[in-house]
Amino acid sequence: MYQNGSSSSYEINTETTPFRVLVVDDDRILRKMHKMMLTRLGIEVEVAVNGKEAVDLHLAGASFHLVLMDLQMPVMDGSQATKELRGMGVTSPIVGVTAACAEKAAFLASGLTDCVSKPLTISKIANYLPAPSPNNHANN
Amino acid sequence: MDVIQMQRTWVEYTKSLYREGYLDSQFAQLQLLQDESNPDFVVEVVSLFFEDSERLLNDLTKVIDQQQGVDFKKVDAHVHQLKGSSSSIGAQRVKNACVAFRSFCDEQNIEGSLRCLHQVKQEYYLVKNKLENLFSLEQKIVAAGGSVPVDELGFL
Repeated sequence: MYQNGSSSSYEINTETTPFRVLVVDDDRILRKMHKMMLTRLGIEVEVAVNGKEAVDLHLAGASFHLVLMDLQMPVMDGSQATKELRGMGVTSPIVGVTAACAEKAAFLASGLTDCVSKPLTISKIANYLPAPSPNNHANN
Repeated sequence: MDVIQMQRTWVEYTKSLYREGYLDSQFAQLQLLQDESNPDFVVEVVSLFFEDSERLLNDLTKVIDQQQGVDFKKVDAHVHQLKGSSSSIGAQRVKNACVAFRSFCDEQNIEGSLRCLHQVKQEYYLVKNKLENLFSLEQKIVAAGGSVPVDELGFL
């Protein structure tokens, strides 16, 4: 599905690093809602307003346990951003979040791990989130 | 009206918004994200929706009013955005009006698009009014020392 990059700069030590998610969406309402959904679980969330910002974050050295990628965005869409991230060697799960069912196959082919339909719910991405700890936070 | 009466009115009013299709389960999801540490979360998100929607509706009006041919690609892009944000907060009737609008954009049908724009505006201002009433009631409940009885909305 995508080339497994060899760059270690994009691999995360899951034992020492808090669980971090990157929410990529040009809709500020969705960014706010998705951020809150995840923050309430004790997850660290960063946001990007388009695919280029997501790529630039990784180029600057940021890394994430999960990327939630919208498809239709200005400047750089989710498909292009996913291709670029995979090309850079990013191996984190990238889950597409889209309302555009007709473009799902092409979006998946760009290197996504999975694609879920809007609206996003925690149950749709539960497989990519850490199991809740006894104190109900993502990180001990 | 005392606090208990206001709370009952809030519950009935909220249930009517769902029953009449103004709101769908996505608004319930939004309500569930609000808690004591983020007591104004719903109002904050809905305020963003109001701002974005009014900007998009103004932009749509300008594009459709073009004398020298309508750029349906632009119209569709704006409607797509409005559909997305209305869907995000559970403004069901606005979302449905946007779905119909996009069909006319695909056909490049100006008359149909104008009708849809009118319909979308109507639905938007209706839901805006309803939500503002809801938030006003919530403020009165809290000012009177009560809490908003979200738990009494049995379907949440």
